[in-house]
Amino acid sequence: MKAFTALITRELRLSIRTGGDVLTLVLFFVMIGVVVPFAVGPDRALLGRLAPGVVWIAAFLSMLLGLDRLFRADHEDGTLILLRHADLPFSAVVAAKVMAHWIVSAVPLIVASPLLAVMLALDGAAFWRVVLSLLVGTPALAALGAIGAAVTVSIRRGGLIAPVLILPLAVPVLIFGVGAISTGPGPDLSGSALLFLAAISLITLALSPFAAALAISSGED
Amino acid sequence: MTTDTAPKPSFWYRLAHPGQFVALTRPWLWPLTLITVALFAVGLWFAFFNSPEDYQMGDTVRIMYIHVPTAWLSQFVYGLMAVSAIGSLVWRHPIADVSMKAAAPLGATFTALALFTGSLWGRPTWGTFWEWDGRMTSTLVLLLIYLGIVALWRAFDDQLRAARVIAVFTLVGAINIPIIKFSVDWWSTLHQPSSVFTMSGPHMPPSILTPLLVMAIAFTMLFLTLHLKAMHTEVARRRLMALQRQAAQTGKTA
Amino acid sequence: MTERHVFGPLALSAHALAVGRGGIALAQGLEFTVQNGKCLLLRGPNGVGKSTLLLTLAGIVEALAGRFDLDGATSEDGPLLHYCGHRNAIKPRLSVLENLDFWARIYGPTGVPPIAALETVGLDHVAGLDAGYLSAGQGRRLALARLLVTARPLWLLDEPTAALDSEGHDLITRLIDAHLEAGGLVVAATHDPITPTDPNSVETLVMAGLH
Repeated sequence: MKAFTALITRELRLSIRTGGDVLTLVLFFVMIGVVVPFAVGPDRALLGRLAPGVVWIAAFLSMLLGLDRLFRADHEDGTLILLRHADLPFSAVVAAKVMAHWIVSAVPLIVASPLLAVMLALDGAAFWRVVLSLLVGTPALAALGAIGAAVTVSIRRGGLIAPVLILPLAVPVLIFGVGAISTGPGPDLSGSALLFLAAISLITLALSPFAAALAISSGED
Repeated sequence: MTTDTAPKPSFWYRLAHPGQFVALTRPWLWPLTLITVALFAVGLWFAFFNSPEDYQMGDTVRIMYIHVPTAWLSQFVYGLMAVSAIGSLVWRHPIADVSMKAAAPLGATFTALALFTGSLWGRPTWGTFWEWDGRMTSTLVLLLIYLGIVALWRAFDDQLRAARVIAVFTLVGAINIPIIKFSVDWWSTLHQPSSVFTMSGPHMPPSILTPLLVMAIAFTMLFLTLHLKAMHTEVARRRLMALQRQAAQTGKTA
Repeated sequence: MTERHVFGPLALSAHALAVGRGGIALAQGLEFTVQNGKCLLLRGPNGVGKSTLLLTLAGIVEALAGRFDLDGATSEDGPLLHYCGHRNAIKPRLSVLENLDFWARIYGPTGVPPIAALETVGLDHVAGLDAGYLSAGQGRRLALARLLVTARPLWLLDEPTAALDSEGHDLITRLIDAHLEAGGLVVAATHDPITPTDPNSVETLVMAGLH
């Protein structure tokens, strides 16, 4: 447990001291929100209707773009090999990294989401649903992303391929993430969508450390 | 090489050796090709001349005889890849690696074919080439997964190392595909009540079912033939790479 | 911790071991045994598989054939080895002490405290410095300090003297000496002479490639 927290502390410390990455990610997230009105026009009613989807797509893309740094730096400087001999199982090491990745790449987005809500004319009640669905859904994105990053870590120019691999697998997260927000015409299914989203998050979180650890150790071979 | 040192006579062992595998399975290639051609001849004759028109869709119903078998193959091939992935992870079977790699582009092709015929069929039926129907959409996502796997194979320099990594990803995909299917069905509001597999139940008249089955078997045989040939090619490619490396190694240390 | 950690009886042995990468054998038919207090030096020209052998012993690369065992180890012991490769695994933006402290926590703080380890390798005066500013030799010393903060019986060292000055060579000799004295095992690939004080404790395996 001490080793587990040491890993998370180190990841957080590194990302705070480097700083730039997190800021870039948040900037990208906000910029998508800025660009959408230019594309579809400033009609507030239309924007309000699109807003939940736009916020989710922005979060989705930002998290996929931040993927590559999850294991690459550690792979290049030899840390990943040494972590294989840690006092805790390698899958636990990966689990710690996934948690840290979620904290540094998803939490800032959730914190910045009110900005998007204001710009995209999202009303208060819907905004809180957006925050809730992001909170429940982003762990699944982090976990799936870890698998993508692990599969591509031993490829020299693997930066672009990880998002391409993970995007189709993340479709259910997007579907239920947006489903948990919007209450369109017809029966209200947002409650069940949120539950499905939570289930997907839990399943992928449980599975991903093992799959990612296996992918990394096979790639090193 | 080390693999040559202690030949065991077991069938699986001989199959595991890529050279032996090619020698053992090469004689199957021609019979498989002939069976495939014969099945297609029978199947196409049924499909074009000996099956009824649909009272609503007319002649376009015949697209089904291509669409349904390719759609079936799109899932069958992924299943085969997942089984190969298990073989490659658990038993480190080199032929499982080769089978996995050879199947990916074929799977992508059949899936693309299923989508293409689906949209051709959709034009007269729905009035548009593309409808965000649940079945079509999840097939599209499946195609994206196939293409991702093909891209992943190409991204690795070392194909031996690639195999186990891609096996992990293939299995993650295999777990995910039912979830994707479920979520897309949930999402799709324009979902047609299952078009094919419920039809294949008691509702389907034998005049349609027979050609459909023949075509499904024909396409499956086509896949098996192409897959076997692609595996032979891949074994040859690997042997070439190993020889090149060995040559480089000897040149360096000698 | 002034008292030396004494390791239980252990023996690393290889039988008909073949190692290689990407399915191509680099060395085969390797036979050796290393016991407590012994050091095995791997020698030979580049490309004969010294690094690959160390990676294989570390469990990172699969052996192609044959086997190797660590006799005397039980499954409850946890990881028993230190691997020290070409790359130093040092993070810039963390201080030297933070870097070492991290590894002490991850590997288990069973050896000397990090600050004392820094003193041993001669980095105590830069403990608070951003590790990104270390020179290549200092980085190497920091990597060696990792061997001290966690007591593990088997050391696998790949070119430990790389980037080090002559005083650094002495440091490595001292570290290996102390480790052997405590009953540790060392397997080291090196081009530079490493001469532990007790010549009886050293064996050399000359690797000659397959061609």
